[in-house]
Amino acid sequence: MIAGLRRRRALHRWEPRADAPAWRVMLVTLGAVAVAALVVTWVFVAYGVAPGEAWATIVRRTLLEPRGLSETVRKAIPLLLAGIGLLLAFRARFWNIGAEGQILAGAIGATAVALFTELPAPLVVPAMFLAGMLAGAAWGAVPALLKARMGVNEIITTLMFNYIALYLVRWLINGPWKARSATGFSYSERFPAEAVLPTLGSTRLHWPTLAIALVLVAVVALLLARSRFGFEVEVLGRSPEAARYAGIDAGRVTLLLAALAAGAAGLAGVGEVAGIHRRLVEPTQLSLGYGYAAILVALLARGKALAVVPAALFLGFVFAAGDVMRVSLRLPSQLPDVVTGLVLLLVVASEPLTRGRWVRRDPAEAAAATAVAPAASPVATHAGEPAPSPEGGG
Amino acid sequence: MNPAEPLQPRLSLRGIEKRYPGVRALAGVDLDVLPGQVHAVLGENGAGKSTLMHVVYGLVAPDEGSMTWEGQPLRLRSPREAIARGIGLVAQHFHLVERHTVAENLALGFPDAPFWRPTRSLLPRLRAAAERYGLALDPRALVRDLSPGERQRVEIVKALMQGARLLVLDEPTSVLTPAEVDALFAVLRRFVAEGSSVVFVSHKLAEVEVLADAVTVLRRGAVVGRRSAAEGLDRRDLARLMVGRDLAAAVADRGRARAEAIAAGPVRLRLRDVRVDAPGRAQGPALNVASLEVRGGEIVGIAGVAGNGQSELVAVVAGLRAPNAGTVEVDGREPGSGRRRRGARGQVDAGVALVPEDRTKVGVVGDLSVARNLALRHAHRRPFARGMWIDWQAVGRHSQSAVEAYDIATPSTGTPARLLSGGNVQKVILARELDRDPGVVVAVHPTYGLDVAATSQTHERLLAAAGRGAAVLLVSEDLDEVLSLSDRVAVLAGGRVVATMAAADADPEALGLAMAGVAA
Repeated sequence: MIAGLRRRRALHRWEPRADAPAWRVMLVTLGAVAVAALVVTWVFVAYGVAPGEAWATIVRRTLLEPRGLSETVRKAIPLLLAGIGLLLAFRARFWNIGAEGQILAGAIGATAVALFTELPAPLVVPAMFLAGMLAGAAWGAVPALLKARMGVNEIITTLMFNYIALYLVRWLINGPWKARSATGFSYSERFPAEAVLPTLGSTRLHWPTLAIALVLVAVVALLLARSRFGFEVEVLGRSPEAARYAGIDAGRVTLLLAALAAGAAGLAGVGEVAGIHRRLVEPTQLSLGYGYAAILVALLARGKALAVVPAALFLGFVFAAGDVMRVSLRLPSQLPDVVTGLVLLLVVASEPLTRGRWVRRDPAEAAAATAVAPAASPVATHAGEPAPSPEGGG
Repeated sequence: MNPAEPLQPRLSLRGIEKRYPGVRALAGVDLDVLPGQVHAVLGENGAGKSTLMHVVYGLVAPDEGSMTWEGQPLRLRSPREAIARGIGLVAQHFHLVERHTVAENLALGFPDAPFWRPTRSLLPRLRAAAERYGLALDPRALVRDLSPGERQRVEIVKALMQGARLLVLDEPTSVLTPAEVDALFAVLRRFVAEGSSVVFVSHKLAEVEVLADAVTVLRRGAVVGRRSAAEGLDRRDLARLMVGRDLAAAVADRGRARAEAIAAGPVRLRLRDVRVDAPGRAQGPALNVASLEVRGGEIVGIAGVAGNGQSELVAVVAGLRAPNAGTVEVDGREPGSGRRRRGARGQVDAGVALVPEDRTKVGVVGDLSVARNLALRHAHRRPFARGMWIDWQAVGRHSQSAVEAYDIATPSTGTPARLLSGGNVQKVILARELDRDPGVVVAVHPTYGLDVAATSQTHERLLAAAGRGAAVLLVSEDLDEVLSLSDRVAVLAGGRVVATMAAADADPEALGLAMAGVAA
């Protein structure tokens, strides 16, 4: 294998590219997904499940059957919302990994409205979405403020805020908001009918949240492409020094986009409690790690807002496929996490492939590179290294 | 050196050829460096000087050609082999670990340094090298506390301790003060007096004239001329060779007629008692009670050694930071002060242009297109902004005309700025900053690292801006530049304006003393 690699380095040279064309990025991403699928196939074999049959079952019960498809889309909703927010944050290099906590904060906000306010029935759902968005935004604004004012690393704070949100939900459903009927498991009272989202037919697809998510994706795409705010986010993400010089208020932009991102995640939390559970439940059931999977959604979309839709649908499929594997194929329930982890690893690892390619050396050059003591050339060629620019690199 | 005596060259290059996609970086270069010789390689940026030096140091493999070292064929696969032969390189940008001490950095250059306490065995050698060449260095000092000149000394000592008999210096004076340049030249002279050799890469004619025994001039990768000190070196002759045309031109005598016009003009930039405190240090403010007036049409040069308050002065004028005391007035008003302070944007709107020191990291966003970089500081205003939206078509149209007007060499306006050469990046910045007839222009080291053609274009642009009535503040360590461009020169030392004088009356010696903080 080493020898093969050496041969390859001798016959090919790595050529960096100025820009990666969209088809190439897509191809590399699909390649990463395909490799993940191969590994999963191997897992099937290892568990003694016939891979062909397993894949057929998964595809049938997540994509082909209407009910299965609705589950795939339903699981994509929180991923869409949290993912589009994270995409925005990542564009400005605000490494928010706190979407999970922001989803929970949104759920708390929505529950507070559903259970403890007396609003006219038609206003309840809008008020829940608003409260959830604000709660999520507030949850995300604290780390952003800490970063803008004191330079505290947002990766740590947003991650830690996830745990605070998790235990806050647990405390609420075991303490002040605990349902009277709850004995074994803890949960809140059931939401009144006007606080429950309509679903599509007999499925669990709460379409109002989906509609909000799609509109939000379109709005973010438009903001990034055409607005002054989008331009400021772009400059800030690529060069904080140049942003300061350009008169961009980094603190304001960071705070704004962190709040936007967290608000979107908060909306996802509203959808989960008002559309699925209809009460505040155990946090690990409320969000099945959507906040973390949304990081992968944003990475898969590679900075392109509209690409969040296929990325979220793909991960929705992974989640739905996980259910199928667990229920129909009796595979361990951790498998979807393995798949998500694999895809994440492969996507990150394949990143360099979008930035260059191997090209064949011309025969003379290859000969010089393979020869042990090149006679024609006074100096052996550096095989496989990117050629430095004529005057660059001082 | 006696030219009659036939000397075997220490290093000899024949027909060195190096091609990159689309560029012939070196086109059959011959070069002979004799023992006891300072050999200057002169050329504009992009002439191939750095590539040639990388070939000599084993960083770049030539496509064709041969090298000999003291009569033996020389093939280099890596810098390590070059070092083993006795070739040392002092690069333009230093490769030192900032958090380590001088001795630790030196130990990194010696693979044979002992694993435990690697620096101890080096100290005697360091002392010996330092004494022999007059290079004073504190081995326990942290590199991050050293001035650029001192860092360069560390690099030189490293190369000398590695046993270099040929020292290659790539643009060594670009970071040095005049006094440090003199000290460097003294070291180099002592070094060649022992029979060693120096290759001195530069585009500064004055230095080449003073230092070099022999000069090889490169243009577009080819040798266009050779001169030797024995025959006499002439600055104009060298400039002609380097640029291919007579560079007398725009920066020449502008006469004193301008002075009268300026005196009648309005004060466009006024600093009153500005104080900027240095963060977390006890040694007092970085900029202390600096007062300065610049009139429309006037170019005021700020001379001074780096670290004497220049960057704070620039930051305050450009709105990158607020002064701790005092005021900055533009056209008689204070843009966005106090609570209404709007930072750099307030200054931009008041008509303050800034050509920043670090053009690739600050001046442009490398990943963004030329078109977007041309709109970088004005994207919040018409014609680029329409409410909260940006009119990208307007940005595109503007970029087309700017690329033409400023002669920016770029494949397209959609090309990322990082793919442009340094000179063209500077043109992008100048186009953006000067195109809107700013009232105040701050230019920091505007020609640092630029070739002669780009330098003279930059000078023309700054003069033209002043001609249109802008007040220009020129911060530069290049005294020749300050004196040839400015109407007045202000010297900063220890955070204070210690002297101001008309540029026509300023003599370099008095300036040098003022820069060193010696009271005039």
